[in-house]
Amino acid sequence: MALVLTEEQSMLRDSARGLISDKAPVSHLRHLRDSKDRIGFSKELWHAFAEMGFAGLLVPEEFGGSGLGYVEAGVVMEEIGRTLMPSPFLATSVVAASALNHGGNAAQKSEYLPKIASGSLLATLAIDEGAKHRPLQTSLQAVRAGNGFKLSGAKALVVDGHVADLLIVAARTAGSAGEREGLTLFLVDPKTKGVAIERTIMVDAHNAARIEFANVEVTADSVLGEVDQAAFLLDGVLDIGRGAVAAEMVGLSEEVFNRTVEYLKSRKQFGKLIGEFQALQHRAAELYVDIEITRAATMKALQALDADVAKAAAAVAVAKARAGTTATRAVQEGVQMHGGMGMTDQFDIGFFMKRARVCEELFGDANYHTEQLARARGY
Amino acid sequence: MSDTETAELETFRNETRAWLEANCPPEMRKPATSDADVFWGGRNAKFSSEPQRVWFERMRDKGWTVPDWPKEYGGGGLSAAEHKVLRAEMARIGARPPLSSFGIWMLGPALLKYGNDAQKKEHLPKIAAGEIRWCQGYSEPNAGSDLASLQTRAESDGDDFIINGQKIWTSYANYADWIFCLVRTDSAAKKHDGISFILFDMTSKGVSTKPILLISGYSPFCETFFDNVRVPKSHVVGTVNRGWDVAKYLLQHERAMISGMGERGVGRPLGQIAADTVGTDGQGRLDDVMLRGEIARFDVDEAALAACAERAVDLAKAGQAHPAFSSAMKYYGTELNKRRHEILMSAGGVDALEWESERSGQGAKPRAWLRTKANSIEGGTSEVMLGIVAKRILDLPGA
Ligand SMILES: Cc1cc2nc3c(=O)[nH]c(=O)nc-3n(C[C@H](O)[C@H](O)[C@H](O)COP(=O)(O)OP(=O)(O)OC[C@H]3O[C@@H](n4cnc5c(N)ncnc54)[C@H](O)[C@@H]3O)c2cc1C
Ligand SMILES: Cc1cc2nc3c(=O)[nH]c(=O)nc-3n(C[C@H](O)[C@H](O)[C@H](O)COP(=O)(O)OP(=O)(O)OC[C@H]3O[C@@H](n4cnc5c(N)ncnc54)[C@H](O)[C@@H]3O)c2cc1C
Repeated sequence: MALVLTEEQSMLRDSARGLISDKAPVSHLRHLRDSKDRIGFSKELWHAFAEMGFAGLLVPEEFGGSGLGYVEAGVVMEEIGRTLMPSPFLATSVVAASALNHGGNAAQKSEYLPKIASGSLLATLAIDEGAKHRPLQTSLQAVRAGNGFKLSGAKALVVDGHVADLLIVAARTAGSAGEREGLTLFLVDPKTKGVAIERTIMVDAHNAARIEFANVEVTADSVLGEVDQAAFLLDGVLDIGRGAVAAEMVGLSEEVFNRTVEYLKSRKQFGKLIGEFQALQHRAAELYVDIEITRAATMKALQALDADVAKAAAAVAVAKARAGTTATRAVQEGVQMHGGMGMTDQFDIGFFMKRARVCEELFGDANYHTEQLARARGY
Repeated sequence: MSDTETAELETFRNETRAWLEANCPPEMRKPATSDADVFWGGRNAKFSSEPQRVWFERMRDKGWTVPDWPKEYGGGGLSAAEHKVLRAEMARIGARPPLSSFGIWMLGPALLKYGNDAQKKEHLPKIAAGEIRWCQGYSEPNAGSDLASLQTRAESDGDDFIINGQKIWTSYANYADWIFCLVRTDSAAKKHDGISFILFDMTSKGVSTKPILLISGYSPFCETFFDNVRVPKSHVVGTVNRGWDVAKYLLQHERAMISGMGERGVGRPLGQIAADTVGTDGQGRLDDVMLRGEIARFDVDEAALAACAERAVDLAKAGQAHPAFSSAMKYYGTELNKRRHEILMSAGGVDALEWESERSGQGAKPRAWLRTKANSIEGGTSEVMLGIVAKRILDLPGA
């Protein structure tokens, strides 16, 4: 498949860009941060997102969605990355919707997917427990109790966990931390007794939660997919999330790059535009090359996911690893080339640096994915 | 070194070690964790803790806030060799500097070289005793890397100069008592030739400051405005219109200081800090092969830079240093410190992303990380440092 957007995909990008750049430029995030917004994103904008069909972008048409693919999800993520708009899109419409699409039974799909598509239900995956992304290290316990299970343990960095109406919780029903066997996903209502949620405001002014589960009772119906066999499902869902975050980082990198190049063309020192100094020209040119390579790798990964989620792992690892190093470089160069200006809160560049750091940790950093690739190649 | 000298130095080492053991409070044997935990001195200085006060006063009384300054100016009068021993002994127990001060790092060395007797007697003892806190008025909105294009004017009026203009990025201007400032005293001359280096009280009529918020969420620097500020001509350091020489000499010291920032070689090894969150494998190795490699490579570079920093000081004392070498050190030291904090953020993972929680000390890690991004900008950017190396050390054409 050609590694260029189709006409439909380009139109989707234009409409996403139109809405986001109009309603949620970086000043939108700044305002949410400075006003200490209660939830940290705009519900009004989320409804506008739903009306344009973005909330249900990955939801099949039979459940009220648009039935589009991961390349399209990436198109929207990239636009989100350009303005750093805080949005439930990643957690709800990409990750949770994919978990339900791939793991849900008919009843679960028809209960939740239409609500995701209409924008009325926020959902999220609760996976990481330690400081680093290590899915197989899941140790939150789910023990059988009567007809159902009891969950006990804690999760960290649950994106949008402070507002979610549905938690998809990775738990251990057998085996021990580190093993693939014995993982199970549960659909949990956060209002269930024993669930304690602490909102965590992050460096990028986006929100997540730490969630504790103390003997939380769930029924057997709440199992998503098969008991003990969630590792395979999780691999796919996480890879979809990784591809989406990589796309966000491409948008972020390109935006910070464009702003930096603009600055090189306007700031004068020594009687010259600083863009006349070859030391900066070459670094800008290198960064351009870096971003182009990462963009291609990310597109490749999203297409691979569309072709077959189960076979996309290597392409996704390449994309997420590249996106991490490229975005890190882009924001570092962005701040450095702005000099003192880049260090001020008044200037937007810092927001990009902060978001890039969070994206880097989400679903595994560049080191994690480089290691995954090495293992996949057998060394 | 002769046998007697070696023996004398050994005695000094033993005495110093014993004195530090007896006098450095345990709380002062680890790096400061926040800016509030650093003692900056000044008219309005407050100690954040009793150990901080005790440590400062004991060191001040020995002249060891400025160990190598002459005793007559409140210094310790130590020789180069003794100073090195003191530094090593302080590092051995992780003792933090008792006083942080732009007066010590920047102005003092410039005054020792360029100041007249009256200026040295007036200012140096107050710096040594932490009585006056200084700020640096160099950068302006249109004179950053191109510092010599600065426009703040000083016009002659009898025995005084009248100063008008604006500085920017003036660190701690809102807390400082005095400023050392670059002003243009001859606008007709070539840009490097019309600059003077002048000192004045920040409470002078016409001085005002406006804090600037940093990406770390703190406001350590300001815009500083001068509106008809009257300053006696006797406050010029060195010769009128030859301030650039003083400014450059001071920058060498500033750069040497910045290159040494960061908790070099003290505290727990980075790899062990990372092991807290990442874990170790069966053989005790950090359970993240890539991160382990990154940290090990950092450790190699850090140890090597430490040797180079030690050598740079020895070369300077031996009169063999290239005057521009501080630019090489500043470049490498600051880039290394940025790397350290990137690694700390990687190692901290999710925990290091929190910004506003008790658990995270109100985001101490990410705020410290963001602050380090300024290291390669303040005191001259990395690009400017490399430009200086290319020009002054390598003598490359056109550089
Ligand atoms: C194996 C090989 C095969 C080649 N094949 C061909 C061929 O088939 N046809 C053909 O026409 N030519 C060929 N060349 C020549 C090649 O194009 C030139 O060597 C090249 O353009 C560099 O020119 P130069 O050797 O004069 O080096 P110089 O231009 O003298 O460059 C010396 C160094 O200075 C750097 N430099 C030069 N200008 C700048 C600048 N503005 N900014 C920063 N750095 C700069 C260069 O990068 C280089 O590191 C070949 C060269 C090699 C090595
Ligand atoms: C935290 C912090 C504290 C500071 N404290 C003080 C202080 O107390 N007192 C004070 O006077 N100043 C202070 N500064 C200012 C600092 O010295 C300047 O920010 C610095 O010199 C860069 O100037 P600028 O910000 O105008 O950037 P610019 O000079 O505009 O630089 C923008 C970019 O262009 C690059 N560039 C410029 N010229 C060249 C060239 N010839 N070749 C290649 N690249 C080039 C720079 O390296 C940089 O990447 C502080 C700055 C910071 C960030």
